[in-house]
Amino acid sequence: MTPVTMNHYLALSAILFFIGVFGVLFRRNLIVILMSIELMLNAVNLSFVTFARYVGSIDGQVATFFVIALAAAEAGIGLAILVMVFRNRSTVQADDLTLLRY
Amino acid sequence: MEPYLWLIPFAPLIGALANGVLALLYARRENGPSEKTVSIVGCGAPIVSFVVVLAVFLQMRATHADHRIFEQTLFTWIAAGPVQIEWAYYMDALTIVMALIVTGIGSLIHIYSVGYMRGDRGYARYFAYLNLFMFSMLTLVMGKNLPLLFVGWEGVGLCSYLLIGFWYTDIANAAAGKKAFIVNRIGDFAFLLGMFLLFVASGKLGHATLDVPELREMVGAHPEAFAAVATAACLLLFVGATGKSAQIPLHVWLPDAMAGPTPVSALIHAATMVTAGVYMIARMSFLYDLAPTAMAIVAGVGALTAIFAASIGFAQRDIKKVLAYSTVSQLGYMFLAVGMGAYAAGIFHLMTHAFFKACLFLGSGSVIHALNGEQDIFRMGALAKKMKITWITFLVASLAIAGVPPLAGFFSKDEILWMTISGGMEPIWLPKVLWGLAFVAAGMTALYIFRVVFLTFYGEDRVRKEARAHLHESPFSMTMPLVVLAAGAVVAGFLGVPQALGGSNLFHHWLEPVFAGHGSGVAEHALVGVSATGGAGEAFAAATAGHGGAIEYLFMALSVLIGIAGIAAAYFLYIRRPDYPRAITTRLGGFYRLVFNKYYIDELYERTIVRPGYALSDKIMFRLIDMGIIEGIVNGVGIMARLIGSTARLAQSGLIRTYAFFMVIGFLYIVWKLIR
Repeated sequence: MTPVTMNHYLALSAILFFIGVFGVLFRRNLIVILMSIELMLNAVNLSFVTFARYVGSIDGQVATFFVIALAAAEAGIGLAILVMVFRNRSTVQADDLTLLRY
Repeated sequence: MEPYLWLIPFAPLIGALANGVLALLYARRENGPSEKTVSIVGCGAPIVSFVVVLAVFLQMRATHADHRIFEQTLFTWIAAGPVQIEWAYYMDALTIVMALIVTGIGSLIHIYSVGYMRGDRGYARYFAYLNLFMFSMLTLVMGKNLPLLFVGWEGVGLCSYLLIGFWYTDIANAAAGKKAFIVNRIGDFAFLLGMFLLFVASGKLGHATLDVPELREMVGAHPEAFAAVATAACLLLFVGATGKSAQIPLHVWLPDAMAGPTPVSALIHAATMVTAGVYMIARMSFLYDLAPTAMAIVAGVGALTAIFAASIGFAQRDIKKVLAYSTVSQLGYMFLAVGMGAYAAGIFHLMTHAFFKACLFLGSGSVIHALNGEQDIFRMGALAKKMKITWITFLVASLAIAGVPPLAGFFSKDEILWMTISGGMEPIWLPKVLWGLAFVAAGMTALYIFRVVFLTFYGEDRVRKEARAHLHESPFSMTMPLVVLAAGAVVAGFLGVPQALGGSNLFHHWLEPVFAGHGSGVAEHALVGVSATGGAGEAFAAATAGHGGAIEYLFMALSVLIGIAGIAAAYFLYIRRPDYPRAITTRLGGFYRLVFNKYYIDELYERTIVRPGYALSDKIMFRLIDMGIIEGIVNGVGIMARLIGSTARLAQSGLIRTYAFFMVIGFLYIVWKLIR
């Protein structure tokens, strides 16, 4: 078996990131979109930690903490908005929210 | 005297401004300003000019003939690099003659207008316009360079328009004013082109100028340089003159111009403005001498116009129209003269014509006034007893125009005829033909004017009841100018008594310095020398002394005879056998109708020029270009903006997925750029 190198981690991070992107672009349910955003953030976390390990510096892990905190705050607000949207529009389908259309 | 030259044109300008301001101040009120004030200002101004002109004249007489030039430069009008055009006045022997006529006869007509225009609501406006005209005309004759002359040229055209359409509430008068101005402008276009040619030609010699004395020197020093453009420039300037002086083909505005008040017709369309064309050619005589072809054309057009207009005048019923066509005809004589190189003779006729034509017009105004506006000679008659002064002055002026000696018209017209027949020109037969035309026209002149005399003042009383109410002689302010002008028509001729009759032709000698030095180009080709200069004329007289003297007397006698024949024919047709004219017109039928309707030239112009012009301006310029293309472009810009907008807004879908998509695209692009 080949040893696990940094590249494997980074590849995993990239894949996770693009799965997240895919989710944001192509899923209609707002909750799923929020989850995909979380996925993208976590993918980035993984990438930071990998670099921390393999470069030897601890800065990567510090950055990770920032990102986790940020993700939490953002998830809170995002879900709050989603709840408000649901209360007003009775839907969580992204395609139904077109008031800002031309 | 030189520092005061500016007063001559500017006194009337100030008068015009004063009366103009008065007219404007009273514009909304029921009545205009006090007629007394207006007339004092309005008549005072040209009289001031006249006094100054007289003073200049006297000073000129006291100066030696070679130094009779006074100049005054007021300011630099146009300074564009090497080109300096100054507002400068220039008075030489020719200018002073013109200035005397303009201010002298002008003042008389202003005085006449006091009586004629009394009670008119536009009294102040009238005098303002008339004074403005004086300013323009004086600027024209006194201008030192062609652009300044042109300022005056345009100014008189403007005043003509304003005064013809003076009673603008009648749309026919406004239309007549428009016609005059537009036809004039066509000529002016050609005049401008001629001016530009001269500018370019002088520029080739290193000193581009339009200053007349300078051009004269340059042409004298380098005739070859100008020879190429001379014919073209002279013809173009002449087209301008046909517009201003109502010659074929641009004569059509003058008869319509009779819609204006009669003093206007007398001043502008008889004595002064229409003579501007003749003056201009005389002024540019040094250039015309280089272009014999142009001179031949000028003479030809003049002679043709003379007989053409005389024929139409003969058939008209409106007294002013007869006089209008008479003016066109007499102007033809003047152009014939200058075309033959006899510049002094042309100006001499200009002067005598100013006297008797103004007198005729003012006399007709007197009659019209007395008859409450009647202008048809077939509704007049037997007025001699009732309007003695008008009758006598009109008769005297008619005898003058018919060329009966010793009145003025005889001397000037005869000189023109003699200069024509004895003139040298290529082709050889041309002067003879022109003389023939002018000779017949002279007979017709006597005929048509005495037709008017007999029908108006003699014969049976055909005046309608409505016209009888105020049938009396006109007031002193109107009769005084008539008498003065008639006196002028009698004595003015004695200024130009030819040598053949023992006189010394003072007028000729006075103008000699202006036309001397270059002689007349015609003289070079002449078999017998004809020229406005005393020298060549004397040579001619000497050369033909043997039988020449007799020939001159013969032609003189012929001129007198044809004049008397015309008068006799008129007497026969309108006093003796008044039924004949009706019979003749019926016999001639179609031909008579042709002449009566002015040879349908107006209709021809209407069809060939006016209607296509109107169609061009309406269908093409307006519909196609203005509304179609230009509006299209302007609207198009708006439509384009909308289109772009409506396309661009499709990006505002409101779908967050679309926005997220574009964000990803952008992000990928940045990453791409960073990796590169």
